[in-house]
Amino acid sequence: MKPVRMQLAASALVFAMAFPALGRAGDLDSPSTGRGALNAKVEYCTYCHGPSGRGYRGFYTMPRLAGQTPEYLENQLRAFAELRRDRSIPVRMSRVHALKPSMRAALAAHFNGLNPPVVGRGSSEHAGTGRKIYEEGVPETNVPACVACHGPTGMGAGPSPRLAGQLSAYTQKQLLGWSRDRGQDPATVDSSAVMKSIAGSMSKTQVQAVSAYLNSLK
Amino acid sequence: MKLIPPALAILAIVSASAAAFATDDRGRSPGQVLSDNNCTWCHGPSLQGYTTAPRLAGQRAEYVVNQILNFKAHSRDNPLSKQVMWGAANTVTPEAAHEISDYFSGLHAEPANDGNRSTVETGAALYREGSAGSNIPSCAICHGPDGQGVGAIPRLGGLSYRYLKRKLEQWNEGYHAAALAPMPAVSSSLSATEIDAISSYLSFVH
Repeated sequence: MKPVRMQLAASALVFAMAFPALGRAGDLDSPSTGRGALNAKVEYCTYCHGPSGRGYRGFYTMPRLAGQTPEYLENQLRAFAELRRDRSIPVRMSRVHALKPSMRAALAAHFNGLNPPVVGRGSSEHAGTGRKIYEEGVPETNVPACVACHGPTGMGAGPSPRLAGQLSAYTQKQLLGWSRDRGQDPATVDSSAVMKSIAGSMSKTQVQAVSAYLNSLK
Repeated sequence: MKLIPPALAILAIVSASAAAFATDDRGRSPGQVLSDNNCTWCHGPSLQGYTTAPRLAGQRAEYVVNQILNFKAHSRDNPLSKQVMWGAANTVTPEAAHEISDYFSGLHAEPANDGNRSTVETGAALYREGSAGSNIPSCAICHGPDGQGVGAIPRLGGLSYRYLKRKLEQWNEGYHAAALAPMPAVSSSLSATEIDAISSYLSFVH
């Protein structure tokens, strides 16, 4: 724990007044999983994932967390920690997502309960094609209907993530580079393996269409 | 004072002649003319920055436009902004802001190299991965692994230690509170030592 210097304490006080929900992690008097620690960690998440976890386009596109299924969120936090989803960009995901295990469920429940506006332009010219792929799949290339696992409105269920309202650039990057990001520990097969061959069977045009459609879902 | 390298001069001529706008009799784009007449006095002849005036060469166009508008709206309100940039930006039209910014963004950026070498390693680690335990986010996620920036998110690599340090400190002093989220809040997660290390590291990045 770092000593809090006078100047820092003064500026912290100013910020505490300006942003009451903010708090610096590691407050001396708050337990590691108390409300203060959770609020501080939520704030940390939103630095990258955008206000209310709506997603954010920085140098890298950060996915929407809001409304995501708790099971999927917890699975991903575990995947980061266990190096199954660690090195797809030069920022180690295991480090930026380092959390006490007890914090995972609380964060997952928090972001599941949020419903901010969608980031993106919503429907586009490709969204009609995307909807058809989403609902019917592409039988000739063995792409199953997405709707079967992700639900009729893309809300997901359990380990199958919500896709509705996801940033199009994020969905595209995932589908076009599934194995670069997911399943990085060959010794531990996780639920991401289900999507590996499906993503690999989709053309770039199909991925763009589906991603546009999903972004348009609220 | 640095001279403009020949390759840069050629690049400037090529990009100026390729611009959609008419060039003057010296082949300069409207953005360059505006810059030569107004910006170079403080920011340096090749816009690499000079003392407290930050480097503008290579800065992201969208970011520069936003800052000019911030100066005009007086929302970027630290003392030097007030003293110098409020007046300087006062008469800049949105069209001129775009022309100047496009000109800046096409110029080669040189690192300031004015940080403290002994803190570079700490700064690099913080920049790259933050410190999850202290809720310090990774800078690289938004600003890019080499501080190159994107869109409205500024290029940080090679900006001067002096400028970066003051910018982060001033946010913690309450200045420019309306900067593009999440920045003013993020700077509050940094200690004085951490601000120093990150600013040092970035000054050497190219």
